[in-house]
Amino acid sequence: MGSKYDVLVIGGGNAALCAAISARRGGASVLVLEGAPKFYRGGNTRHTRNMRCAHDAATEILTGPYTEQEFWEDLLLVTGGQTDEVLARHMIRESKDILNWIVEQGVRWQPSLGGTLSLGRTNLFFLGGGRAMLNALYLTAERLGVDVEYDAEVTDLVIEDGMFVAARLKRPINGETEIRATSLVAAAGGFEANIEWLKQYWGEAADNFLIRGTPYNRGSILKMLLDKGVQEVGDPTQCHAVAIDARAPKFDGGIITRHDSVVFGIVVNKHSQRFYDEGEDIWPKRYAIWGRLVAAQPDQIAYIIFDSTVVTSFMPTLFPPIAGQTIAELAAKLDLDPAALEKTIIEFNAAVRPGTFDHTILDDCVTEGITPPKTHWARRIETPPYLAYPVRPGITFTYLGTRVDKQARMLMADGKPSANMFAAGEIMAGNVLGKGYAAGMGMTIGSVFGRIAGREAAKHARN
Amino acid sequence: MHGTRILDKADRLMTVCNSCRYCEGLCAVFPAMEMRRAFSDGDLNYLANLCHSCGACYVDCQFSPPHEFNVNVPQTLAVARAESYAAYAWPQALSGVFGRNGLVISIVAALSMAAFILGFAALNDRGVLLGVHTGPGAFYKLMPHNAMAALFSAAFLYAILALVMSVRAFWRDIGAPIGGRPDGGSIFQAIRDAGELRYLDGGGVGCYNEDDTPTDRRKLFHHLTFYGFLLCFAATSVATLYHYLLGREAPYPWWDLPVVLGTLGGIGLVVGPIGLLVAKSRRAPELLDETSYGMDVGFIAMLFLTGLTGVLLLLLRETAAMGPLLALHLGAVFALFITMPYGKFVHGIYRFAALVRYAQERRSEAGS
Repeated sequence: MGSKYDVLVIGGGNAALCAAISARRGGASVLVLEGAPKFYRGGNTRHTRNMRCAHDAATEILTGPYTEQEFWEDLLLVTGGQTDEVLARHMIRESKDILNWIVEQGVRWQPSLGGTLSLGRTNLFFLGGGRAMLNALYLTAERLGVDVEYDAEVTDLVIEDGMFVAARLKRPINGETEIRATSLVAAAGGFEANIEWLKQYWGEAADNFLIRGTPYNRGSILKMLLDKGVQEVGDPTQCHAVAIDARAPKFDGGIITRHDSVVFGIVVNKHSQRFYDEGEDIWPKRYAIWGRLVAAQPDQIAYIIFDSTVVTSFMPTLFPPIAGQTIAELAAKLDLDPAALEKTIIEFNAAVRPGTFDHTILDDCVTEGITPPKTHWARRIETPPYLAYPVRPGITFTYLGTRVDKQARMLMADGKPSANMFAAGEIMAGNVLGKGYAAGMGMTIGSVFGRIAGREAAKHARN
Repeated sequence: MHGTRILDKADRLMTVCNSCRYCEGLCAVFPAMEMRRAFSDGDLNYLANLCHSCGACYVDCQFSPPHEFNVNVPQTLAVARAESYAAYAWPQALSGVFGRNGLVISIVAALSMAAFILGFAALNDRGVLLGVHTGPGAFYKLMPHNAMAALFSAAFLYAILALVMSVRAFWRDIGAPIGGRPDGGSIFQAIRDAGELRYLDGGGVGCYNEDDTPTDRRKLFHHLTFYGFLLCFAATSVATLYHYLLGREAPYPWWDLPVVLGTLGGIGLVVGPIGLLVAKSRRAPELLDETSYGMDVGFIAMLFLTGLTGVLLLLLRETAAMGPLLALHLGAVFALFITMPYGKFVHGIYRFAALVRYAQERRSEAGS
C-alpha cells in the first residue's frame, strides 16, 4: 500500500507545476511525480523562453495591446481553422489573467530577447529562460507544501469506469508502490522522444528526426490514458517541428541548435534542388513549418545555403557554417553533386529581380521564372566564401492528445466527462492546436489549462 | 585559438551562450557578449571581470552539467578572471605570486612585519613596549610618527603604482573597439553599479550558493566589508589631516571623527569578512575556481585581521596590551598594502574598469 493524496499530478513541467500550485492553493494535498531526474525536470519547459498572452494595453514589458480577437485570429491563421473554438477562446480569455497569476507564483518577466523584437508586443519572456521559470515554480510549490518526487516512473494507471483510482510507481530505490489519489492531473507531455511510436506514423524517416527536448518525453502516460478509454484528439503526425542543425545531439539540443538564416539564402535537398519558397513570410511566422518541410525531403536532410554578405544578419550559431571558396568546393564538403548545386544557384541568381532589401518587412526582392519562387528577400548568392548549414527536422512536441472540456476534464471515448481526471499542457495541446504553431502558445496552453486543471481537481477532491 | 586553455574554453562557452541568450536579463555579461560575434583575449578577460559570480546563469541554464554541452559560465569565468589578474600584473616578474597560496603570503607578511615592529620597540626599551601610554602621541612612543608615515606611505604608493600599471594594461586590452579615455557619465554609472553591487543579485532575487534556492547573503557581507574598508581609510585620512594641518596627535577621544569612522569601519571589517568566509564555505563547488581559494581566503583574512586588531587596539589602548596590538595592527595594514596588487584586492579594480567599459558600450550602442 502507498500513500493517499487529494490530487496526484503526473509530469513536472509548466502545466504540471501550475496545476500543483493551483490545487494546493485550493486546499488540496498534492503529489507531483516527475519521471526525469531533478536536473532534467520540467520536460520541454526547460527549453522555452516565452508565453503568448492577450492583453488590452501595453505594459512595462509588452509594447502594445494584443486583444483576445487578434490572438484568436492568429490562432485561426496558423491552425487553418483546426482548433476547438470554445476551448481556444476560453484559453485566450484566461491568458489575460495568467500573465499576472504566473508572476504571483514567483516567475519573472523581461522584455523580449535580443533578436526577437517582432514578439515584443504579443509575448512575455521569462527572465533567465524556461529553466528559471521552472525553478521559481518548484520553489513556490515546495514552499506551499507540495510533495515532489523525481525519477518517478509511472508504470500503470488504475482507472475504473472513467474514474482514476491509483497510479503504480516504480521508484529507483524503494521499488514498486501504488499511489492513490482522489483526482488525477495528467501533465506529462507528448511522445516526441519515443522514436518507435513516431515510426508508426512516419516510418523509417523518424530515425532521422532529432528531438529538441529530453529523452524522457516518451508519452507513456498519454498511451495509458488512450488505452484505458480516454478520447483521443489530434492528428498523430502533427507536431511542432523546426529545422535544426544536423550536427545537433539526438536529444535535448534545445534552442541553440536552431537556424534563423533561411530567409537570407536558399534551401536545397540532397539532390541540390530547392523545394519551398524561403521568403514566403517573416521568419517568426514561418520557422515552425520548416521541420515538416525537411521531414518530407529524401533522407530528411536539407542545406541552407548563403554567401558571406549575410553572415551577420542573423544570430550567431552554435555550429559554425560549412564554408567553400567555390560552390563546387562547398558542395563537395556537403556531399552534394557539385554540378547540380552550381546549376541550382546559377538558375536562382539569374531569376533574382532588382529590389530594395529589407529583412524587417516583406520587401520587393523577388525571383521570376523559377519554381518554387522566392517571394521576398531574394538576393544573388555570389560573394565567396559560400556557406551552408545542414539541417534536419527537430521535433519539439507532438499534438496527439487527450480530449478535454473547458474545465480541463478529460472526455472518455463515449463523450462523457471523467469524474476525476484532468489534463494540461502538451498532453492536451491538440485540442487547441490541430496543426501549425505561433511562438509561445505551448506555454499558454500549459499555464492556463494547468491552473484550471489544478483548481478543478482540488474542487473535486474536497467535495 | 587564444593564449591559454581557459580562454579557449571561455570562447567556446560564449559561442554557446551567444546562440541562446536566455540569460541576457540577468546581468551585464550577456548583453556585453551579444555586442560581439567573435571574442578576442581582451574581450574574454573583460567578460570574465564583468561577471560577479552570482550563479544565476548556472541554475537557470538548461545546458549546465550534466548536460553534454557542459555550460558553466560562473566557474569558467572565475578561472579566466583569476588568470587575468596574473596576466596583467605589474611588474610581470611578480605575476607568479597569484598562483601561490595567498593566505600564506599574507600571513607571512603580517607576522614578519609584526615581529619587526615588536623587535623595533623591544630593542628600544622593554618598558616602553609593555607600558601603559595615554594622551596625545601615545602611539609614537613605540614608533616615531615620521618613521611610521614614511614606511606606510612608501608601501601605499608602491601599491598604487603597481595597481595603476596593471589596470592600464587591462584597459588597453579590453578597450580596443572604442578605446580612449572613459567619459564622466560612464564612470559615474560604474560607480553606481559597483557601489550597490548591482550585478551581485542573481538577476534580482539574490545570489545562489548551495543549490538553486537564492539564499546567498554575500551582497550584504560584501557591503559591510567594502564600506568598512572605506570608512577605515577615511579614518586614517582624517587623522593624517588632523596631524599635519591641526597639529593634533593620535590617539583621539572616542567621540572624535577618526575614531568614530574607524570604529564603524572596523566593525564592518570584522563582521563582513566573517560573513563572506561562511558564505564562501557553503558555495556549491561547481560554481567556483578552486585554485583561487587560497587567494580569496588570504585577502578576506587580511581584511579581517586589520579590522580585528584595529577594534582591539581601540578597546585596549589604555592598557599594557596597546604596544603589542599596535604592532599587530600596523603589521596587518602593512601586509595588506604590499599584497594588494598581487591578491584578491585587484578584483575590485578590474571589475570597476570592466563596468566602466560596459557603461561606455551601452552608451555608444544607445547613441548609434
